[in-house]
Amino acid sequence: MAEPIRLDYVVPGDDFTRAGEASADLKSRLKSLGFPPAAIRRAAIALYEGEINLAIHAGGGRITVALTPERIEMALDDEGPGIPDIALAMSEGYSTAPDEVRSLGFGAGMGLPNMKKYTDEFSIASTVGEGTHIRMAVLTAG
Amino acid sequence: MKISDILSILDAQLLTEGAGLEREVHTACGSDMMSDVLAFVKDQSVLITGLNNPQVVRTADMMDMICIVFVRGKKPDAGILALAEERGMAILCTDHTMFTACGLLYAHGLRGGVH
Ligand SMILES: Nc1ncnc2c1ncn2[C@@H]1O[C@H](COP(=O)(O)OP(=O)(O)OP(=O)(O)O)[C@@H](O)[C@H]1O
Ligand SMILES: [Mg+2]
Repeated sequence: MAEPIRLDYVVPGDDFTRAGEASADLKSRLKSLGFPPAAIRRAAIALYEGEINLAIHAGGGRITVALTPERIEMALDDEGPGIPDIALAMSEGYSTAPDEVRSLGFGAGMGLPNMKKYTDEFSIASTVGEGTHIRMAVLTAG
Repeated sequence: MKISDILSILDAQLLTEGAGLEREVHTACGSDMMSDVLAFVKDQSVLITGLNNPQVVRTADMMDMICIVFVRGKKPDAGILALAEERGMAILCTDHTMFTACGLLYAHGLRGGVH
């Protein structure tokens, strides 16, 4: 079997206008590789939400993608402040985003719930003061 | 309706070049919160928003939307327009408020996506 295709992205923490570049790049690559449109959309939305979170909550981070014909795997890692209560952060509508982030159109508290909803596998681990690690996968058949 | 119909219904100005205005659109979504837009995937093709930054285009792109209407006379800058043109999206700008813009489009048959 062929090796997975790997993609690596660095998400800057100081340039909000660039957040979303990684997801847009992934989306166009998945299209040119011929992945099914529904799987592309689910993966791109989930990654975009995660990418925005890296930019606004974590001071930036790294994204690693591994692609096989069956799976779109995405890992997001940061060394930001971490999440004290993951269950709370995962609930719809919970957000600690300050007003300036809200004025940019984020802070509805829907990002993490959206990521879980649009992916087939989702896990999150976080340590306060150390950072947050998210693993998600979209199955192309699912 | 077509994107060209939205243009006339809203007395809007077209700010992008090269985006086909004869494309049909059936559903729309009006919001200033991008994650709310991303929460309800259902083939909406138009985003109506009062927010003015590049994430509006990126969000619409993630949803495969083809037209963004900026309300209350908000004029996106050249960087935002370039992002939209790269993606073949039409960007419109109207002086109407969000409420009125959505109402007018609804009255002419545009609907919210079901979710
Ligand atoms: N990478 C991260 N590092 C630290 N905190 C995070 C991270 N991701 C999310 N959080 C915390 O979890 C909360 C919920 O995240 P979620 O993405 O669901 O909502 P949001 O980013 O606040 O708003 P939205 O995504 O709707 O724009 C955030 O407000 C923040 O407190
Ligand atoms: Mg978020």
